[in-house]
Amino acid sequence: MLRFAARRLIGMIAVLFAISVIVFLIFNVIPNSDPAARIAGRNANPTLIARVSADLGLDRPLPVQYLTMMKQIFTGELTSYATDQNVADQIWRGLPATLSLTIGAAVLWMALAIWFGYLSAVRAGGFTDRALTILALVGISMPVFWLAAILLYFLSFKAQLFPTGSYVPLTDDPVQWAYHLILPWFTLAVLYVGFYSRVLRSNMLDSMNEDYVRTARAKGISERQVRIRHVLRNSMIPIVTLFGLDFGAVVGGGAILTETVFNINGVGLYAGQAIGKLDLPPLMAVTMFGAFFIVLFNTIVDILYAVLDPRIRLGEAAPV
Amino acid sequence: MSPILTVRDLQVSFRTDDGVVHAVDGVSFEVSPGEVVAVVGESGSGKSVTAQTLIGLTRAPNSKITGSVMFEGADLIELPDDQFRAVRGEHIAMVFQDPMTSLNPVYRVGDQIAEMIRAHRDVSKAEALSRSVDLLRSVGIPNPERRVRDYPHEFSGGMRQRVMIAMALALDPEVLIADEPTTALDVTIQAQILRLLDNLNRDRNLSVVLITHDLGVVAELADRVVVMYGGQIVEDATLDEIFYNPQHPYTWGLLGSIARLDEPRPERLTQIVGQPPSLLNPPTGCRFAARCKYAFDKCTQPPALEARLGDATHLDRCWLTPAEKLESR
Amino acid sequence: MLATVQGRSPWFLAWERLRRNKVALAFGVLFVLLVLFCLAAPLWADHVAHTGPNQNHITDKIVIDGQQTYVVSPDGTPLGPGLRGRYLLGADQNGRDVMVRLMYGGRTSIYIGVLAAVITTVFAVVIGMLSGYYRGWIDSVLSRIMDVVWAFPVLLLGIALGTTLALGGISIGGLQVAGDSLWIPILIIGLVYVPYMARPVRGEILALREKEFVEAAVAQGKGPVRIMVSELLPNIISTIIVFFTLNIANNMLLESALSFLGAGVRPPNASWGTMIADGYQTIYTAPHLTIVPGLMIVLTVLSLNVFGDGLRDALDPRAKIRLEH
Repeated sequence: MLRFAARRLIGMIAVLFAISVIVFLIFNVIPNSDPAARIAGRNANPTLIARVSADLGLDRPLPVQYLTMMKQIFTGELTSYATDQNVADQIWRGLPATLSLTIGAAVLWMALAIWFGYLSAVRAGGFTDRALTILALVGISMPVFWLAAILLYFLSFKAQLFPTGSYVPLTDDPVQWAYHLILPWFTLAVLYVGFYSRVLRSNMLDSMNEDYVRTARAKGISERQVRIRHVLRNSMIPIVTLFGLDFGAVVGGGAILTETVFNINGVGLYAGQAIGKLDLPPLMAVTMFGAFFIVLFNTIVDILYAVLDPRIRLGEAAPV
Repeated sequence: MSPILTVRDLQVSFRTDDGVVHAVDGVSFEVSPGEVVAVVGESGSGKSVTAQTLIGLTRAPNSKITGSVMFEGADLIELPDDQFRAVRGEHIAMVFQDPMTSLNPVYRVGDQIAEMIRAHRDVSKAEALSRSVDLLRSVGIPNPERRVRDYPHEFSGGMRQRVMIAMALALDPEVLIADEPTTALDVTIQAQILRLLDNLNRDRNLSVVLITHDLGVVAELADRVVVMYGGQIVEDATLDEIFYNPQHPYTWGLLGSIARLDEPRPERLTQIVGQPPSLLNPPTGCRFAARCKYAFDKCTQPPALEARLGDATHLDRCWLTPAEKLESR
Repeated sequence: MLATVQGRSPWFLAWERLRRNKVALAFGVLFVLLVLFCLAAPLWADHVAHTGPNQNHITDKIVIDGQQTYVVSPDGTPLGPGLRGRYLLGADQNGRDVMVRLMYGGRTSIYIGVLAAVITTVFAVVIGMLSGYYRGWIDSVLSRIMDVVWAFPVLLLGIALGTTLALGGISIGGLQVAGDSLWIPILIIGLVYVPYMARPVRGEILALREKEFVEAAVAQGKGPVRIMVSELLPNIISTIIVFFTLNIANNMLLESALSFLGAGVRPPNASWGTMIADGYQTIYTAPHLTIVPGLMIVLTVLSLNVFGDGLRDALDPRAKIRLEH
């Protein structure tokens, strides 16, 4: 078990390295313009460009440039030339808001997805199933930012039921914190509820015809116990792995759209603002940050999978 | 001795996108206490569906079941779901073909047996687990105290099937239905499992309904044989009668297709040419006629399952006279 | 008499199943209608609205119910929707006809969605086939590359590429693509989704490769390319078709997100995503500018999702007799 985890961790580091190289390539090598001008941003002038060039060693060979950039990112020295703020600082400050948003949304989406998916599966073909399927399909067809805007307009602005965005830190006022986050949580969750409930439904319908479910029924236990202890339990395994990946992706950057519309001061909003100014250092850092989160969760998920599925956990001991 | 299980005119059909499939079309037979009845047939003969119907696993919105299955004075077909659940596992238990996929991979073996026990008895988890250990021991699994905490994939195929059998017998049922219990196992392991079933049958007076397509298995274990074809029973007789005095051309085909040590070696093993009949649109006359070498004009009328030999325990569904049968066989 | 089982080709069976799925068919038709709607943009612009998608009429007035009305009122509120030929869906802050922009924007969005899907499909199939068929080091290299691309959050990768390429475009070898060309978002969106499709393709090829008909083809002396094209490809066509359809839907959502953030379609080109971004500025005074383009996206993506689902159900044979519990 430990060897398994160790192997995965090494793999993770290798992928992170590859990612850092790619981020470097994307931001410095591929594009067709002068890197210094690009990084200096929209409001560049010759002095600024010269300064950028010197700071990042853009006159040196590529591998040296790569190392300089990596050093800057990891030691937290990277600054945005457009706003003159330390990037690492800004990301750190935005983290609590992003985590509040994503963790809350994740709890909501998993709870709803399991509930809807389960209902859909056990009443497959019936009215509940059809209605939930339609809801799910509509949910995954909506652009998140549009849904956010619509909800803001109708529920905040017109109906005055919810505040119009912005973030209240948990430590300041827990009730307001939650109140301000209700709409954003819901918005972010909708897409995932739609997707996950359908995956769960599909897995459960497949599982219901498995041999071991037939055995469970032959034992004479109640249908409900069959559904929960056997069908649901086994159907959840792929869901958990998917969840890990998606949660990593959401923290890593998927929350940009929601944060932008609801004006939540998280990492996503920071990135969103940087896009508008074509300010590259923050984008570089956020991309690395996002990719790191995904890889981290990828690895956690792989290890978790081994916990959930004993077949993987116990390695290759010969059956007796 | 009155039979413990009486199946009368059982019909099971399924609604599918292509139409109604008549999987079981008028099956009747009896099982006496302590008797091993083998139900033999090829894929699509309806034997598995019959077996699953006896334990109520074919009840579904798209299935239609008529006829009667009398067990201890009650008709199982008419029994509401919650009452049938009390019968399942407690009085009638089932063992399935593929032990690899028939056990839930994420639960320990002991827990799965304990689940069976606790579904019908009000006992603590600890008690149920200790009973599981005893059960594993009784089916010949070495080191049961340790093995009870293992997962299914840690057992070999034969051991897994023993676990399935242990689980089925947890509550001392009167009837055990075994659906191709040895088909997925190696030949050497098959023999072990058959011996186990044989012992259980003798020691506990356990009635066994054995579904199989393998006549070798039948010869080892069965007291009586029921041959199914196209959703119907075509022959019903004791083991000796089936092997030494078969009355239906399909049975001849089945017997002819196995190598026998007690007869001179044939030139070729006989093959039954053709395909099984469609269960969507079953043929109107004898269902075997299209593949039967001996079919004649009377075969366009459906033959009934009757005793034509004067022996009330030997039934067959063929228009040929006993004399003709003796000649053709 | 005997009724034997008739042999029918899997395509015929799939078509039969699809035909029975009225809902999926209805949504398929809806998608076609939406495409036609957008393709009719020039007709509408020329003959009904009498204006182009990018023409500002910020100071103009038109006649409504006999009254001269500002297209964009002096306090900045644009005209709302109404039953008329010009400005059927109202105007935006620059006085542009929303209906015309909607149709042209739709063309852009659908165009990007479909072309990106073609790129994704081609790359994914090639990579998946090579990985699955040759295995060994080719598979190792390609899979690692796919893993790394996969590790990026789709949106961030799109943003990263979108912003960096927006400034100078790409120039690889002799190929020059300008920073504000539509090909930038098309290529980006196309490449970003490749791993999501390449993995399943690779999985299927790995499984198919072990089957006897491949062995037979090799024994016949067929070269690897021929085997891949004539033996393996036909067997994964149904997977490809379903993925392609659903991929268009995902592409359109990604394009709208990128355009909304400013990393996708660049002005003056319009897409449904840029329209939402523009409309969002005045959401409280002119909500229709935000609602309408989004609604179009939802309808188009929904119809693709429902139809794609129906396709998947039709092409994926399940057990014929299934006990419904």
